[in-house]
Amino acid sequence: MIEVKNIKKGFNDKVVIDDVSAKLEAGKCNLIIGTSGSGKTVLMKCMVGLFEPDSGQVLYQGEDFTHMHRDAKKDIRKQIGMLFQGSALFDSKTVEQNVMFPLDMFTTSSYAEKLKRVNEVLDRVNLKDSNKKFPAELSGGMKKRVGIARAIVLNPKYLFCDEPNSGLDPLTSLVIDKLIKEITLEYNITTIVNTHDMNSVMEIGDHIIYMYKGLKEWEGSNKEIIFSKNEKLNEFIFASEFLKDAKDMRMLEQAGKIDNDRNMDELLK
Amino acid sequence: MTLFTEFGRYLLMIKGMFSRPENHKMYWKELMHQCSEIGIGSLGIVVIISFFMGAVSALQTAYQLVSDLIPKSTIAQIVRDTVILEFAPTLVCIVLAGVVGSKIASELGNMRVSEQIDALEIMGINPKAYLILPKILASMITIPLLVVVSMGLGIWGGRLAVVLSNVMSNNEFDKGLLESFLGYNVFFALVKGYTFAFIISSIPAFYGYHVQGGALEIGRSSTKAVVVSCVAVLFADYVLAAVLLNK
Repeated sequence: MIEVKNIKKGFNDKVVIDDVSAKLEAGKCNLIIGTSGSGKTVLMKCMVGLFEPDSGQVLYQGEDFTHMHRDAKKDIRKQIGMLFQGSALFDSKTVEQNVMFPLDMFTTSSYAEKLKRVNEVLDRVNLKDSNKKFPAELSGGMKKRVGIARAIVLNPKYLFCDEPNSGLDPLTSLVIDKLIKEITLEYNITTIVNTHDMNSVMEIGDHIIYMYKGLKEWEGSNKEIIFSKNEKLNEFIFASEFLKDAKDMRMLEQAGKIDNDRNMDELLK
Repeated sequence: MTLFTEFGRYLLMIKGMFSRPENHKMYWKELMHQCSEIGIGSLGIVVIISFFMGAVSALQTAYQLVSDLIPKSTIAQIVRDTVILEFAPTLVCIVLAGVVGSKIASELGNMRVSEQIDALEIMGINPKAYLILPKILASMITIPLLVVVSMGLGIWGGRLAVVLSNVMSNNEFDKGLLESFLGYNVFFALVKGYTFAFIISSIPAFYGYHVQGGALEIGRSSTKAVVVSCVAVLFADYVLAAVLLNK
């Protein structure tokens, strides 16, 4: 489990996240959602140690990661896999070399063993026959899948995904969401996803944290979010008329006023 | 940002490069890759520059030495000493500051902007040690070698130019080359080579590593890296000459 305690981070006197505390549940998909500029990426970067918080702690299994010695931090980082917004694949390396890189760096396995593992994870993300391709030859969705494969190749305990659906079409986004969810359950990973995609929230959000202007505004599950009374959260999730209608339908459905799709249009008029 | 802050960050970057490698084999592989990129990759331009630099300096020296009182072998001595003392180390390193420096700055800048450096850090790899140290070491291995190649080619270019122009014979030139030769000059040139190699790899690495923004900033940092490296090379050239050639 990862615990964030009273994290505060600012840049040039501007506070970006202020006193945020949360527990990210083990073996589940934890989502950090919020509008652009709400501080979710900064929070995630504080969690993985790319930013040092001004105050507060990040605890991995109760161990204070923030104030840990560099060598001890390295050990924790070996248990972390991360999918970046732009995939962050090494341009000069092929797909195979990209995925094999963590194995080359941290294992003493033979080339054949490493290749076997690389093919396993590439197969898991449905990317067969792309081993020799360079990142420039891949589509956005394929890059994300290679990024996921690289992130899980060392069997991490924690998987961080920074806006995994950015720049992807809705269908590919669903594929990536499904993959993240499946991998979380299959490998029993603690997954933390940064997103503002409501589809992802509803599809994979076991535990959701809503950030608003650097503060943690709301916390709950995807089953609770739709019925939340939090105004700021509602502004965010029901930004479109379509979603507002969807919520009304769910409310009516729950109240027993509608029982099938046929009378929904009528009731919404 | 003040000059001192920037210099402090530069020193911190240098300090940060020294940590125990996560995997020696991978670091060795990266070092060899960089030696090939920097050394072999710059060989062509060094060959061209050195040859013409020697040829032109020989012809211009011959043009200026019109007195019958000065033996023609003096031309060879002047070409030899200017090539060894100044042209091979300084001129070649200024050109390499452009070739190697911009490559290092833009490569690291692109890696920073596309989060590849963050990806390395997340994996538990020290990006400064893995990305910057091999580049600096490779420069310090290959650039002094390129300086030596440049010395030889510069002198050979000068010899060929004066012989083809009928200014003097091969024998006269060779005689002049051996007259009053000081081995110390070669040592001085190599000291310059090592110093400049460090400057033209570490300064661009600093600017590339600390890029913030996008494509525009990568271009700016690359230009700034080359300009600052060239100025630093010239400044170091003066300091080394003042310290090591002060009789």
